[in-house]
Amino acid sequence: MRATCWMGAKDIQVRQVPDPKILNPDDAIVRITSTAICGSDLHLYNGFIPSMEKGDILGHEFMGEVVEVGRDVKKLKVGDRVVVPFPIACGHCMNCESHLYSVCENSNPNAWMAEKLWGYSPAAIYGYSHMLGGYAGGQAEYARVPYADVGPIKIPDGMPDEQVLFLSDIFPTGYMGADNCNIKRGDTIAVWGCGPVGQFAIKSAFLLGAERVIAIDRFPYRLKMASEQGGAETINYAEVDSVPEALREMTGGRGPDACIDAVGMEAHGMGLIGAYDRAKQAMMLETDRIIALREAILSCRNGGTVSVIGVYGGFVDKFPFGAVVNRSLTIKAGQAHVQHYMGPLLERIQKGEIDPSFVITHRLNLSDAASGYSTFLNKQDECMKVVLRP
Amino acid sequence: MAIQNADRRRGRHQEGRQRSGENGERLAQGLGWFSLGLGLAQIAAPGEISRLIGVPDDDENRQMMRAVGMREVASGLGILSQSHPEGWVWARVGGDVMDLSLLGGAWASDRTDKERVAAATVAVVGVMALDLLCGRQLTGQDHRDGYAGNQSFGGRGDTRSLEDQRWSGAVHVKKSITINRPPEELYRFWRDFDNLPRFMTHMEEIRKLDDKRSHWKARGVAGFTIEWDAEITEDRPNERIAWASVGGSSVHNAGSVTFKQRPAGRGTVVEVEMRVDPPGGAIGAKIAKLFGKEPGQQVGDHLRAFKQIIETGHLTRSDASFALIKHPARPPSEVPKEVQAELRTGSYQGASS
Repeated sequence: MRATCWMGAKDIQVRQVPDPKILNPDDAIVRITSTAICGSDLHLYNGFIPSMEKGDILGHEFMGEVVEVGRDVKKLKVGDRVVVPFPIACGHCMNCESHLYSVCENSNPNAWMAEKLWGYSPAAIYGYSHMLGGYAGGQAEYARVPYADVGPIKIPDGMPDEQVLFLSDIFPTGYMGADNCNIKRGDTIAVWGCGPVGQFAIKSAFLLGAERVIAIDRFPYRLKMASEQGGAETINYAEVDSVPEALREMTGGRGPDACIDAVGMEAHGMGLIGAYDRAKQAMMLETDRIIALREAILSCRNGGTVSVIGVYGGFVDKFPFGAVVNRSLTIKAGQAHVQHYMGPLLERIQKGEIDPSFVITHRLNLSDAASGYSTFLNKQDECMKVVLRP
Repeated sequence: MAIQNADRRRGRHQEGRQRSGENGERLAQGLGWFSLGLGLAQIAAPGEISRLIGVPDDDENRQMMRAVGMREVASGLGILSQSHPEGWVWARVGGDVMDLSLLGGAWASDRTDKERVAAATVAVVGVMALDLLCGRQLTGQDHRDGYAGNQSFGGRGDTRSLEDQRWSGAVHVKKSITINRPPEELYRFWRDFDNLPRFMTHMEEIRKLDDKRSHWKARGVAGFTIEWDAEITEDRPNERIAWASVGGSSVHNAGSVTFKQRPAGRGTVVEVEMRVDPPGGAIGAKIAKLFGKEPGQQVGDHLRAFKQIIETGHLTRSDASFALIKHPARPPSEVPKEVQAELRTGSYQGASS
């Protein structure tokens, strides 16, 4: 089959690779009909995620048709249309039973690698480094889906791929960012980053009852989408002296009730402090991204919540922890527990409360994955979201 | 018995420690230059070296040869540049074992020149003997003491009990994991020794001799197997199983597993405690450690695998994880034999079965 392979930093190639096979009795094989490039894939593209191997298949946002099931699979059958959640979760450990799927205790066979960096290992993720499992990703013609009775959600006929594809990651991720804010009537929510996840965080905040959402970015086309599609007020951080000051003035001197960081930072650092500092100096964009979390903390009202859904990989510099302690802030974070949110969010789509396809700006053939990555990274052609079709 | 060997070694080493240390350093220098020369040749002319040792000169072997060459250069530079090159000499021993296992693979292939592979194997065994000698001379007795002091049961000095002295060179390991199932089920699975090789993945066979005794056969490094008989010394249903090796076992070991239920749906804590006198004593442990197989890590891996089987029915497998050498995250070209076997037998079905 053809698959999008990571051949090194900034080197993506669509290559011929062996077809996936059933490796466990509860695996399914899915023929992929739509797959997307995620903002977090750009961290891989830039070479900032450790433990990648030349030839790794990328992609963790995908859906398709079940073409084969292992002997123990009970809920899925050949021919079912499914969306596959990006965290791989066993469904039976204590965390899975508590619906904390993205911290499944069993799915990462390379848990020891993650433990060295983070203490304990989270769940594995498709196509996202060997530290997170070494599973082949879904920017390909086919994918093996482990624990097939636990993750994939069946999609009724008649719903187009583009409406449901983002249940795999960015819609639940943005929604969990808002859900973690514990939104009450009258709340004002500030969202840093108006990429696809930020857009879904904005919409989700309104779905969950926020009165106002203030979106922060520097790309006019992204701010425009936040305001026109999402109904948010906007701040272009390149045009104001201080984002916390601007927010203070917009919220009657009190600050937003909750702040969502949908930016994250390139996962550099990783204990190599020297390399981290060099990278920080060289890559102005990344140092900006560290500022987003600091701004979110300093902007949040006393007793408010800072919800982090942007990807952080290692260690954070000059973290204003004094503000957290002295102002009774709550920090909530995590990779999205996609399996927990997929069902209710599919219902919201079916009821017409949201149509997630609004973020798609580019539709490409799988063969053009490499140009999709560079267009997305460089934000050319007002790129917001790239969908690939095998 | 292990302790007697250890005592003999100790006496001999204390007498000749200084002299043997000097010999060791001279030998290390020689081995360092040898490493450097061989490594550079392997990097510069991988094709020629492949043909010399009788393996086909193809891309894969050239790549492997260059990798082995880099390792040689690294250990050569390490030995020559360090005032205490001991670690690098032990790294060479690890490298030798790796080379032997690669040559073992070459033996199995029908594309190799067997005579040349044999000659290369003899050469590696010869160099390995020198590396071992050198490592032991540099290491002297200190290491065994250090190892025992850090990890063995009991204290040191004259107050040790006979039992403690018996284990003076042993490695002591204690590891635990929490599993989301009741103790009864975990006990039942563990007590049936037929199940153990499913998660003790280096076990080739565990054969029941009678209700208490069993024969264990483990894969060691480089294709060697280690065998011993074990006896159950304590069996408290749903709580604890203890066992110990008996008779003239080559690996003197004893262990126990306890199952303790945690309150409020927190699962069962499974704790394994083991004392192992590794074959080759501290040296064996050191070599094994180079392969990531030192007992502590091994027990930890086994517990994790035990949890995977109990909670999910099977071992966790990614596309890359079961490959023996580094493999990108993409489907394997063929389903490995052991995976096929497990697919046929089906997964563990939990308490219901």
